Amino acid sequence: MLTVENIHYAYASGVEALKGVSLTVKDGEFVAVMGQNGAGKTTLVKHFNGLLKPSSGRVLIDDVETTKTSVAALAKTVGFVFQNPDHQLFSETVEEEIAFALKNFGYEPAVIEDRITWAVNLLGLTQYRKTSPFMLSGGERKRVALASVLSWDPKVLVLDEPTIGQDHQQKENLRQFIMQLQTQGKTIVVVTHDVEFVAECNPRVVLMREGKIIADGEGKNILTDPQMLEQSSIVLPQVAQVFTYLNLPGLPKNVIDLYEAKRLLLKMLETSQ
Amino acid sequence: MALIETKSLTYSYPGATKPSISDVSIKVEKGEFVLITGPSGCGKTTLCRTFNGLIPQFYQGELKGEITVAGLDAAKHPTYEMARHVGLVFQNPENQLFALSVEKDVAFGLENLGYPRDEMRKRVDWALNLTGISDLRDRSPHEMSGGQQQRVAIAAVLAMQPEIIVLDEPTSFLDPLSAQKIFDVIHELNKNLGLTVILVEHRLDLTAKYANHIIIMDQGKVRFDGETRRILSNEETRLIGVGIPKATLLYEMLNKDGANLGTVTPLSSDELAKMLLEVMKH
Repeated sequence: MLTVENIHYAYASGVEALKGVSLTVKDGEFVAVMGQNGAGKTTLVKHFNGLLKPSSGRVLIDDVETTKTSVAALAKTVGFVFQNPDHQLFSETVEEEIAFALKNFGYEPAVIEDRITWAVNLLGLTQYRKTSPFMLSGGERKRVALASVLSWDPKVLVLDEPTIGQDHQQKENLRQFIMQLQTQGKTIVVVTHDVEFVAECNPRVVLMREGKIIADGEGKNILTDPQMLEQSSIVLPQVAQVFTYLNLPGLPKNVIDLYEAKRLLLKMLETSQ
Repeated sequence: MALIETKSLTYSYPGATKPSISDVSIKVEKGEFVLITGPSGCGKTTLCRTFNGLIPQFYQGELKGEITVAGLDAAKHPTYEMARHVGLVFQNPENQLFALSVEKDVAFGLENLGYPRDEMRKRVDWALNLTGISDLRDRSPHEMSGGQQQRVAIAAVLAMQPEIIVLDEPTSFLDPLSAQKIFDVIHELNKNLGLTVILVEHRLDLTAKYANHIIIMDQGKVRFDGETRRILSNEETRLIGVGIPKATLLYEMLNKDGANLGTVTPLSSDELAKMLLEVMKH
């Protein structure tokens, strides 16, 4: 379990990025942290693996305070995949990249080999094992970064803007991949602006604005509240836009799922004729 | 004559074993808003780099076929001259910004072309205002967020007031509302000033409604090219993994299940909602 208790955080420049944030994420939950640029989303999730320590308040991973343990130990529990894979990758080949952290964690060579094989297979990178990450496309580099984090099997996975620069098919693959990890009991935290992606995944949504959490709950309720979203510089998902525009009695507004939308609209058309 | 025309354009990067674009023949008329989309690695960015001559003049490699932009041979005409006609906004703004302040970055291209000070000031103010970054004019672009940098890069190109603006995923780092505002501004310039726009985007939910013309590429080739509504109502586009707007998909799902919403494919939620209300009136 991940517990954030009233944390504040100020950067060296004096900018206060978090102004009293509290949050609990249970094991196996899938949470999307959303909000405008500069709302404090990335600052918040960097506290989950101890990359940042709060100026005040506490962050606990499985009841252990992040200030009382090393970043290395935390990294084993909480895997972090950065927005820009180039901030993460540095090895000469994909397999060396994946092996690096595993070696640091002290795994046996045979285990390391197994884990590499498992991770490259999972992310469709097998043919690139001996390739330099820098020869790969942006989308592929993102998958290498993800593979290297997954290889040590962290309990919690934090993905910062995983859909940026990904095409439609890659996003669909990512969505299915997240669903698969969920069935394995992983806790997944995604920082994202991508409202259509969130509408398709339907996770719990935590909405931030100016260093605070302003809403926390079911995606279909938060992503269909125009005033709330406007404050966070987010646009309604397209399905919800249709229902908001229609604004008809007897028709709910909190709809983000295409199939639910189809059912409701067909029923409405039938009864109107 | 078309403002941009390519004939059997084929290009390979130096050392590449196969071409990044092959046999591309397209036409863009003055005043069009063209959306170019397709899976990652399909050649969209490469094609855009030919429009102002960066390919082959900067990237070298091998270019075959013809490309004419504003009546000039873009493959041979000096790129600094092409820049008067074609403004290019890259995917990654870090590659484009280098000055010490936002204002200087936006003024840079104008200075190079020797514009008088008054005109420069006017244009810089205009561009900063349109992109919503007037208050950032004295900041260093390198201390700003990716989204803010993207606005600076767009302002710098707008300030040049080119005939054609080519935007390669220009808002990927912006939050959705800011992205929509930028697209609205570009759409206004397209409608009111006749600016020809070429936009590369994966997110058709946000952008399809602006475009009168769409080009869908796959594996270096143009697979679909034509009027946006017509192309997006073609189910074959689904096969190459294009992210069709949800409103368009919903319209299709409803029609398939017997709702009679008419034959004009909607590209936005407003269009679909209006169709539904219209049907209910009868």
